[in-house]
Amino acid sequence: MIRSSAASRRTVIKAMGAGALAMGGVGLAAAPARADLAKAQKLLKELIGDKAPQEGKVRLEMPQIAENGQTVPLTAAVDSPMTADNYCKVIHILADGNPEAGVCSFKFTPSSGRAEFSTRMRLAQTQNVWAVAEMSDGSVWMTKTEVKVTIGGCGG
Amino acid sequence: MTDVKPRIKVPKTAKKGEIVEIKTLVSHVMESGQRKDAQGNPIPRKIINRFTCEYNGKPVCEMVLHPAISANPYISFFLKVEESGTLAMAWHDDDGSVYKAESKIDVTA
Repeated sequence: MIRSSAASRRTVIKAMGAGALAMGGVGLAAAPARADLAKAQKLLKELIGDKAPQEGKVRLEMPQIAENGQTVPLTAAVDSPMTADNYCKVIHILADGNPEAGVCSFKFTPSSGRAEFSTRMRLAQTQNVWAVAEMSDGSVWMTKTEVKVTIGGCGG
Repeated sequence: MTDVKPRIKVPKTAKKGEIVEIKTLVSHVMESGQRKDAQGNPIPRKIINRFTCEYNGKPVCEMVLHPAISANPYISFFLKVEESGTLAMAWHDDDGSVYKAESKIDVTA
């Protein structure tokens, strides 16, 4: 009796494990990382046009590992004198693994004094977050940072 | 969660030319439009999609927000204070509501 019930319990646990694996597989299939990368590149083109962003100048501070993807702190900044004829116009934040690539765009004026802002964002999965800065002289700068996510922040 | 109340942290005084930090937090669900309810129906999107900030009627900064911004959105940024004045901020909701907050800054010698 005891032996057979233990065996059946083991079978049940095994079946549950297989189910969980199958669900994981479905989740991955529903959100292929490549398609989202294309989405992010398309959005970037809509935002900045055909300009080719250069690496550097813009700084993006985020945790390397986010335990909870619901609220991940981020700070983006550009070293700029912020004078009337030389300032950072806007910093765009994009995420290449979220259902929607756009996160936010922060527009500055010379009265900002400093091209820096902070907010908190959602991350659906481990992915790269992009910060793209447009300067008043027309140059575009970008940086990317990977954030590992333990619990996703989108969907329910 | 229907009660949307902005909370802001703005210094009362600043020196002329000083760059001060402004911190803001609004209680808001920021419903992404990606989630489904218990019956499997999509929950309609309802987020604050735009934030604006002016000092003495002159624009300081503006932010476009997407559903990827967390619930109870926190925004902090900087302002260069050249004269005494009023800092006016507004959060624009998808449903057309506008939530406002104001604070005065005095320039000290």
